[in-house]
Amino acid sequence: MKTDDVVRGIWRENPVLVQLLGLCPTLAVTNSVANSLAMGVATFFVLCGSSVLVSLVRKLVPNAVRISTFILIIATFVSIADMALEALVPGVHKALGAFIALIVVNCIILGRQEAFASRNTVSRSLMDAVGSGFGFMITLLLMGAVREVLGSGSFLGVPLFGKSYEPWVFMILPPGGFLTLGLLLLAKSWWHARQERAAAPAGAPKEAA
Amino acid sequence: MGHLFWILLSAMVVNNFTLTLFLGLCPFLGVSGRIATALRMGLANIFVLVVTSFSAWFLNRFVLVHAPYLRLISFIVVIASLVQVVEMAVKKLSPALFRALGIYLPLITTNCAILGLAIFQTNRGYGLLEGLFFALGAGLGLTLALTLMASIREDVERADVPKLLRTQALVLFIAGSLSLAFMGFAGLGSAS
Repeated sequence: MKTDDVVRGIWRENPVLVQLLGLCPTLAVTNSVANSLAMGVATFFVLCGSSVLVSLVRKLVPNAVRISTFILIIATFVSIADMALEALVPGVHKALGAFIALIVVNCIILGRQEAFASRNTVSRSLMDAVGSGFGFMITLLLMGAVREVLGSGSFLGVPLFGKSYEPWVFMILPPGGFLTLGLLLLAKSWWHARQERAAAPAGAPKEAA
Repeated sequence: MGHLFWILLSAMVVNNFTLTLFLGLCPFLGVSGRIATALRMGLANIFVLVVTSFSAWFLNRFVLVHAPYLRLISFIVVIASLVQVVEMAVKKLSPALFRALGIYLPLITTNCAILGLAIFQTNRGYGLLEGLFFALGAGLGLTLALTLMASIREDVERADVPKLLRTQALVLFIAGSLSLAFMGFAGLGSAS
């Protein structure tokens, strides 16, 4: 059971690719791998912290004010993350700008509190948060890698292709973000369609084309 | 006056909240299926953005000078409660408008465009009037993006699209093309 809490968030219920939540940071900060990593780590921290705290106080919070309480808890952890990033990695903090503060309104976090942490024990809530947090981070890194390699010809700032490569700047601009996420979703639905076809019984009559 | 006009234009098309800053994507992808709904959502957004801009200015000017570390928390609390108050007022004063806005009014609280606006306004040090024009421009930009998206999607529904593409992926591709079109406004000049 415990492992399922973690694995579920990474693939089967991946917050971005399956549930289409948290699209704002997924598109906005993934123009380089370093930014994606910072955003992923910050969200991971906020998600784990608030899940544990929400789960701890879940029996004390009246039902009518639970959403406001969750938001307050999340905003507290985001403030911590914001100040910590500013102190530790000022460059990255500047590049991410307002998007660190906007983790507050990332629906993945509020969604996990409402759907899971407010109903389950602390350890299970933490497992769930770790899973969803990793799922989110992996998707961000995937987007960041594709966009940085194509758009700047580098990975984590290290040039890959030498001088002759003309960077495909489009990919690090906003339209490239939409396109990359669209392609990822398309790849996922193509993969699922293949799986279904493979799972269909071999003797079944072919569908009319 | 020219300065305020540039703030408005810049927030509306050059740095469109949805298409270049990726704020407010949930309604952009969620309720952009019909033009009428999209338009209504846009109007509700303009309204809340302007109210937010005013309250963020008030907080920055009078409260947060004493406790800057509470910025994020106080923004979200004040915005959420203010939207609720406005909702009750609209319900009492103009039931017709209330019905027209429907569920969208309360849902806007959790829209990242709203909090984003408050934060950008603070970071750029806008005054009251500048903030209001910024909010108006951002709201008009959101409405524009939503309506354009809805118009395209209404047509695409009747088009012959491969089955594999009939998912959110298609919506994202359309959004990408729209965003590319809006990139054309870059360099039009900015308020900076």
